[in-house]
Amino acid sequence: MNRRPVEERLRDFNEVATGLSKESAVLEAKRCMGCPKPLCVDGCPVSIDIPGFINAIAEEDFRKASRIVKADNMLPAICGRVCPQEAQCQGTCILGKKGKPVRIGDLERFVADWERENGVEAPETAPTTGKHVAIVGSGPAGITAASECLRAGHEVTIFESLHEAGGVLTYGIPAFRMPKGIVKFEIDQVLALGAELKLNHIVGRSVAVDELLAYDAVFIGTGAGLPYFMGIEGENYGGVYSANEFLTRVNLMHADKFPEYDTPIIRGSRVAVVGGGNVAMDSARVARRLGAKVYLIYRRREDDLPARAEEIENAVQEGVEFVCCANPTKILGGPEVQGIECNRMDMCELDESGRPIPRPCTGVDSTFTLDVDVVIEAIGQGPNPLLAGLIPDLKRGRRGNIEVDEDGRTSIPHVFAGGDIATGAATVIWAMGSAKKAAASINKMLSEN
Amino acid sequence: MYKIVKRDQIADNIFEYWINAPHVTKNGCAGQFVVIRIDEHGERIPLTISGIRGDDVRIVFMAVGKTTQQLAALQEGESIQDIAGPLGTPSEVKKWGRCAVIGGGVGIACLPILARELREAGNEVTGIIGARNEGLLLLEDELRNACDELVICTDDGSKGHHGFPADILKEKVAAKELDAVWIIGPAIMMKITSMATLNTGIKTFVSLNPIMVDGTGMCGSCRVTIGGETKFACVDGPEFDAHQVDWDELMNRQRTYTGQEKESLEHYHEHKCRCGDH
Repeated sequence: MNRRPVEERLRDFNEVATGLSKESAVLEAKRCMGCPKPLCVDGCPVSIDIPGFINAIAEEDFRKASRIVKADNMLPAICGRVCPQEAQCQGTCILGKKGKPVRIGDLERFVADWERENGVEAPETAPTTGKHVAIVGSGPAGITAASECLRAGHEVTIFESLHEAGGVLTYGIPAFRMPKGIVKFEIDQVLALGAELKLNHIVGRSVAVDELLAYDAVFIGTGAGLPYFMGIEGENYGGVYSANEFLTRVNLMHADKFPEYDTPIIRGSRVAVVGGGNVAMDSARVARRLGAKVYLIYRRREDDLPARAEEIENAVQEGVEFVCCANPTKILGGPEVQGIECNRMDMCELDESGRPIPRPCTGVDSTFTLDVDVVIEAIGQGPNPLLAGLIPDLKRGRRGNIEVDEDGRTSIPHVFAGGDIATGAATVIWAMGSAKKAAASINKMLSEN
Repeated sequence: MYKIVKRDQIADNIFEYWINAPHVTKNGCAGQFVVIRIDEHGERIPLTISGIRGDDVRIVFMAVGKTTQQLAALQEGESIQDIAGPLGTPSEVKKWGRCAVIGGGVGIACLPILARELREAGNEVTGIIGARNEGLLLLEDELRNACDELVICTDDGSKGHHGFPADILKEKVAAKELDAVWIIGPAIMMKITSMATLNTGIKTFVSLNPIMVDGTGMCGSCRVTIGGETKFACVDGPEFDAHQVDWDELMNRQRTYTGQEKESLEHYHEHKCRCGDH
């Protein structure tokens, strides 16, 4: 994927990756071998007919390509941008065994962008059934479940606690990776199928649990909205943010445009981001755009970073300094952040997942300090406990997630769940995949009674 | 959009708004709050629910910063973009026996709904309210109706007891007249006032007002230390045991954006002048 020059992109929040031209998309599509047993489809959590849509691009029938993608995925412009394709569809592409896999993600994005510019065709929906489904949360899982239920002819009401729909796509993923106009556009396509969207509604508070349970079916997709903190000294000093807060201030509330927008943020001249996942990369790259020198502190080695390779590469290009094999032990200062103290880490034996277990070094030089004025903790999120905790009889897992079977059923017969609230923090497409399964169960249940 | 159905200035620089928001009023209770956003450029600010009447929710605020001044400039019939709620855990309303509800400054506005709920639960309720001067006292008649007894305090002696609600609370504690106390006001007032019940066994609640963004437990901005543990005021609170609160940390965190708040206000006034607005 082509990317804008670093100097240019650090000056704004516009998209970094520029997308494929029509000519290059067609050329890329022609590389597809059209395998009789396409492994790429198995690698896709929502099972898009990948060879089908790629073949349509090769034939330059982009409308047909779009129809094929949207039969399985109503959010192609989003998925084309933020899916970890290298580990999914592209990761299993047979061409990748000896050379380069087909750039399936870029092609999906191309198709979605083409349709947006050339007029959208609404998918067909079934006749109305008179059944009413409540969807809690308007993130990737909720929107996907909504579109599946709408297409099956049910009435759908989506409840969103924030003032904008989109969940993590809106508050979490920065615009340079996921332009907000595109998020809104794709969500609007789903709403146009007839969903009612209720913003500023907190289910469990604005909508009582018994009102919720009165719907014919309920889908809970409230996400992983509970930030974890390290639990170290100094964590509540001014200038320590969870990644959720830092990203929400910028992405949702536009704190980067303060004082044109009212929400403030401490930009920091030197910022430490703790963590190594995609959220850490997003936070580091946002902090760079706010003008700070940025250190990314990660416990293991650079090779072990869990973030997507492309995002790590972007962060490196944008001047984020990686401080690996280090673990913060204390935030210095008070009441404002003045520094962060870290322990160097040794990589010892491998754990079950094959990653080395980091152990703190001891002795001289085992600790060091970085002078920073902002610390952003991007060490993960747990399931948002608010709603699940209020529903008696709803079985929950050890970490507070809602327990579901493989079809997205919870312990309550007409209540289903999907996305991070069920699976734990994962990716956009995994959330969509699990939501799709749950929606299929909802549609099956509602057709039977 | 949510309409301001009634607007009144009820004390010096303090405003009472009734906003049409059925989703908030349907299940809203004492102790809970709303998050509002005035317009597209606005920030999300938490305000305690001060009253509920049909489909309308009451908020009371002092116009001090940019957002509250902008809110105060709105007129009856105009609308705000967003109001989310009710948020937070309701007050622990049950049969306590004899309760005191104590308010300082704008915090007084949260008392009538609480006093009424407590009385409905069979408690005897004393209201104690304090302000710098008579001009800053609010909702006095309403509160008198909601309580069995009302004591007024002013710092300058312009009305009622010359002194602080803490003085009255100390007397009540000494006379063993209380089983539970709520204190709502500025952090420093809640910190000092709650000392009167320290080690008395009287359950003492305070309503904390740290900086918040989403108000649903998602960002962690409102974290406070309660009994050595980090809690999120938006979902675990906003009411907590007064004697477990790390007050200094709360007040430090409240000051995080002092500089930006000033800048925002200056920008607002400059912009208003340029537009010839108001």
